[in-house]
Parts: sequence; structure tokens; C-alpha cells
Amino acid sequence: MVDTSGRRSYPESAMQLSFNKGGGETLAQLRTGDRAYLHRLDLPEEMSQRLMELGFLPGTIVVAAGSAPGGDPRIFRVDGSDIALRRDTASRLYISAQPLSEAELL
Amino acid sequence: MSDSGSCHGAAPQTVNRKAGHYIALVGPPNAGKSTLFNRLTGLRQKVANFPGVTVEYHVGRVRDESGRDLFVVDLPGIYSMTPRSEDEKVTHDVLVGANLSLGKPDAIILILDSTNLQRHLVLAAPVLALGMPTLVVLNMADDLAARGGSVDPAALAKEIGAPVALISASTGEGVERVTHFLRGTGARPIAPAPKFVFPILQTLPARRRWAGRVGLQAGYTAPAPPEWTRRLDRVFLDAVAGPLIFLIVVLGVFQGIFTGAQPMMDGVEHLINWSGGLLGSYLPEGVFRSLLVEGVWGGVGSVVVFLPQILLLFLFIGILEDSGYLARAAVIADRTMARVGLQGKAFIPLLSAYACAVPAIMATRTIEDKRDRLATVLIAPFMTCSARLPIYTLLIAAFVPNTPLLGQFLGLQAAVLLGLYVLGFIAAVGTALLLRSSVLRHAKTMFVMELPPYRRPSVQTLLLRLMDRAVIFLQRAGTVILLVSVGLWILAHLPYENGKPPAIEQSIAGQIGRAVEPVILPLGFNWKIGIGLITSLAAREVIVGTLGTIYGIENAEKDSPPLIESLRKDLTPGGAYALMIFFAFAMQCFSTVAIVRRELGSWAWPTVQFAYMGFLAYFGALLTNQVWIAFR
Repeated sequence: MVDTSGRRSYPESAMQLSFNKGGGETLAQLRTGDRAYLHRLDLPEEMSQRLMELGFLPGTIVVAAGSAPGGDPRIFRVDGSDIALRRDTASRLYISAQPLSEAELL
Repeated sequence: MSDSGSCHGAAPQTVNRKAGHYIALVGPPNAGKSTLFNRLTGLRQKVANFPGVTVEYHVGRVRDESGRDLFVVDLPGIYSMTPRSEDEKVTHDVLVGANLSLGKPDAIILILDSTNLQRHLVLAAPVLALGMPTLVVLNMADDLAARGGSVDPAALAKEIGAPVALISASTGEGVERVTHFLRGTGARPIAPAPKFVFPILQTLPARRRWAGRVGLQAGYTAPAPPEWTRRLDRVFLDAVAGPLIFLIVVLGVFQGIFTGAQPMMDGVEHLINWSGGLLGSYLPEGVFRSLLVEGVWGGVGSVVVFLPQILLLFLFIGILEDSGYLARAAVIADRTMARVGLQGKAFIPLLSAYACAVPAIMATRTIEDKRDRLATVLIAPFMTCSARLPIYTLLIAAFVPNTPLLGQFLGLQAAVLLGLYVLGFIAAVGTALLLRSSVLRHAKTMFVMELPPYRRPSVQTLLLRLMDRAVIFLQRAGTVILLVSVGLWILAHLPYENGKPPAIEQSIAGQIGRAVEPVILPLGFNWKIGIGLITSLAAREVIVGTLGTIYGIENAEKDSPPLIESLRKDLTPGGAYALMIFFAFAMQCFSTVAIVRRELGSWAWPTVQFAYMGFLAYFGALLTNQVWIAFR
């Protein structure tokens, strides 16, 4: 949805996370060195499309590779490249420990 | 920094369709498009290790055996055929034939990074589906082999139904295969698309699965991770060392331009004085000698002196950019940029604006968010561009003693220069905050930045770019500054009285200067500076040439003292600092006004911007001079 006045913002607080259907862990919670399967992107179409072009496709393994000094933006290693994302964007990318099932991939 | 689009508006190259075929060079950012373009055409092109650096297409000419011209068009990097930023739209429009001035290309060279083949092949799907003759170039073959990866180009060609060449654009290995393809395109009518029905893949996941399968069939072994890049990133992005290195790099660049360029500048100055003197001694005394020695040599020469300094700045920025450090700097800067309502991606245009605002404003096209882009365009001219350097350097050399502050590392002169850079930065940040809290208010946007592996900048590429910069600078010195200098010389010699030119105060130029003097006197500027402020509306550094001409005429009877000596007699320290402040803020650059108008599509924004910056400049200078008078 694109609007002019109140574009959606993505606060980090756990309170906000509970509003998301399914809840669960996000990339923002992944500690440096850890890896997980990307499950779902909860972002406006345009943003998730851009991230998918860069390799953030559901089912892909994402490694938390580090961060800028101060901890934000964070750097994720996905599909052969290092991509920096702000923490509030990372907190909209849901992860799971297990690979996605065939049904989920489609 | 992006300097596709030459600083100060050199005419863009165009393709003459009648003269030959044209081939579009496309690929994702960082695949090495521009390096290959340089190899193929020998023309200079911007090469940078940073996503989305080529904002406009550039054209190079290749001549085939039959003497026919082929044109290669270097297009902005794209991640997909769904354009999301302005520069991606340029590429998309060319490929689908929606760019009316270019028309549809005759063939495509798709360049991909072989060290990250499967992700890059995702772009191959929609490009090959266009059904045009396409050569797929797998670049970075040397890197792939060095890190233990491999691929079978022939097998890949069979899988995708298009010729494949494995090359290394930076070493030149395999580039002859690309040349061969180009010649094939030009020598005979374009062959119909190969009889290969390419699968139409609608979704990204489908394309990625296809790319994975194709990579597997082509025997692709992914290379080992770039160990050096990871090691360097652990240092450059370290919580403590990272910001420290960032600071040292910035300080080092400033100290470097100031002290490193000095011997070269002295040399150039010596050469100009010597040649001017020589010229004067050969010409008969008279109007012509005066015009040539005072008008041309005095005006143009005083600007040309700054060439070494400007080239050094471009060299430093070029090294930072091509090595890949600049992308890290953007990530480090993002948090701070977010605080003023901008994002890390704005850091690169803003840093290039330290060289020149014109390519910087064009580089903002990589910013997807419209409001982020507008804010960046509006604040970019506050960054201390290289055209301000001649004025700053001149005034600092004339009025600031070089007292050491931090031993050898930082002197007072360099500190004042750095202070002026910081001032411009603060003005930019303040303006960004102002915009964000008023007309451009909105929620946070997304920041996504790919961090390419560190690469050794190619000496050849850097030199090519510097040469290009030098040509642009000298062209400007030979056109704009020459015209202004000669025009000024004429105005300073009219009206003739009793067959003799008037004293400079009584000349037309002097009268104009004295007309504006009451307005600028509180700033500590006299009528001579006033003339300079008017002529430098065209471009900031023109004031240096103007003062060179004025003092040259004024002192024509005696041996001309250096510009510095004359300035010391004409300005108080308060006035000198006020003049620096004035130039820190004022939008004294016609090219910038024109490019803002072009990029934002209306006169409203550049008009507001010019008035706002002029307001800051006037009152900033007024405050500076009045404070100096009060505490003198």
C-alpha cells in the first residue's frame, strides 16, 4: 500500500512484533555468526521485491555476518554476497531453523 | 562518486543510428561493466566498486575490419527488468526500445560476475527472454580461478542458448572473444535470434531456481569466500577501529590535498609566470600585450594553478571508491545519516559533491525513495566542491599562518580548510533536518547496500579518469574562464578617454563594482571583490581569475606582485574569513542550477535553493566580519 501521509514505519519493539501474524524470530534477532532459513518477508511489495533480487528469497540460508560500528545497519551474507540492512528492516524478515517445505516454497 | 555526466555539462555523446550498429552493455552493479567498456572502446568511463554508479548511458565507438563503426552503450547496472530507481529505468527503457533517442539495440552484451554466477544468472532470464542476439560475458575469471571456482562456458552456452565468454576485464584475459562478437554484429546484418525458446519465468523464486539448475548443468563450482575481504571488513567495520579509520582516512585526504599538492602547484605557478613574462617581453607594448598578459595569462593562469590540487582530490576519492571502501563508509555513515532523515546511500552522492555537485546530483538517481532523493539534491551543493578549493587555498595562504597544531600531522592552514569542509557539512545537515521537519516529512525508508569484495584499484583506470578530469578543467579554463577574463578586461578598459583607458575605478567594471559596494561593505568586501562575486556567479573559481585580472591591470605599471600580496592589501582578516564563509554557502555555480532544474524538472526548486543559499551566504559573511570587527 502506498499512501502520502502515514507511510508505514517499522519500529523494533517486541510489542509491535506481536501484531504480526505468526510472530516468530526475525533476522534482527540472529546473532553474528548464526545462520537460519529465511521464511517470509513482511514488507511492502516494492521493498521485498528489491530484497529478493539481492538474494533474500524465502528458503535461502542467511548468515549474520556482522554490523556497522554501533550495531546498525547489520550485514547479512546471502546467496554469495554481503548485504547491509537496517535493523528495522531486518526485523521484518522472519526466519526459521528448518528448511522450508515444498508447499511453503511455492 | 559518479561522474558519468561530465562535470559542468560537456555535451552528451549520442549514437548516430545510420552510422552503425549499436550494442547495449548491461549487467548487475559491480559486475565490471565499465571496466569492460574501457577495454573495448578505449574511451574513458567511470569505473567504481559501488552499486549503481553509471547513471547515464555512455557511448563508445569500436571500428570493425570493414571500417564500419559500432557503438557500445554502457548502461546503468540493474538487478532485474523491473526498474525501481531512475537509473534502472534508463536501462530498462533502452532494452525494451522505449528510449526514443536510441531505439532498440541491435545486440546485447550481458556481463555477469562469475564469482557469484547463480545469483547473477537470475538477471539473465529476463534479458535473454527479450529474444535479442546476446553475448553472455562471465567476468572476474581470474578471481574465480584464484579462489578455486570453475565453470564450463560451453556447457552454459548450451543451457541458455546464447554464446558465453569467460573473461577478466581487469586483466584483459579473454576480451578478444567479446571483440569477436562485436565484429560479427557489425560486419553482417544482425542474425535472427537463435532458435531457442527461452522459458518465460514470471517470479523471482522461479528464476532463482532456474539459475541454480543452469549453474549446476554448466558445472559451476562456487569459489571459496573472499577471505581478504572478510579480514579487512573485520577491521574496517570494527566497533572501535572502524570509525577511527574512517576519521583518519578523511583527515588524511584533506592534509594530503593541502600539503601534497603544494610542490606541484608551485611548479605550475612558476611555469605560468615564466611563460607570461616571456610572452610579454616578445610583444610590443600596447593594448594587445595588456589583453594577453593581464587578461588571459592573469585570469586563466591563476585558475590553472589549482589543477594539481583538484586532481589529487579526485585521485583520493577514486581510490576509495574503486577499492570498495566507499561502500563500507556508506554503511558506517548510515546510522548518522538516518538521524538527519537521510540514508547511507545519500553518503556517496554527498561525498562526490566534494569533487563536484553536478555529477553528485546525477548520482542521486540511485536513491529509490523520491523524498530521500530530493533532500539529497537540495543539500548536495553545500558540500565543499573542488571549485571552492582555489578560493579557499588562496585566502588561507594569504591570511592564515601555518602554525603546527598536531605536530607534523595537522597544521593551522589544513585545520582551517577542514573547518570550512565541516561548515559546509553542518549547513547540509541543518538543511536536511529543516526539510525533514517541514516539506519532506515522512517515515523512515529502507537502506539496502551490497558490499562488494575489496579490489585493487586499477592504475590505468585511475589515470584515465584523472586525465579526463584535467581535460574538463582545462577546457573550462579555456572557455568560461577565458571568456569572463577577456570580457572583464574589456569592461575594465572602457570607456576610453583621450585615447587612453581609464583608471580601473572609473571603468565600466569598476562602476559596476562600486554600485554593489554599499551592499557588501558590511561584509568587509570592497568593489573589487564585488566584481569577483558577480563574475563568479558563472562558477566559483572564476573569482580567482577575476581578481588576477583586476590586480594585473591595477599594477600594470609596476612589477605585478603575486595575487596573495595584493589580497593582503585589499582585505582585512575579517573580510577574508567572511569571503570564505560566503563561498562556503553561496550557490555560485550556473552548472549546478542547471542540473538541479534538469533533474527535478522545474525551476521552482533551484530558485528556492539559490535564494536560500544566497541568504545564508550573505548573513553568514556579515556575521563573520562584524564579529571580527567587534573583537579586533
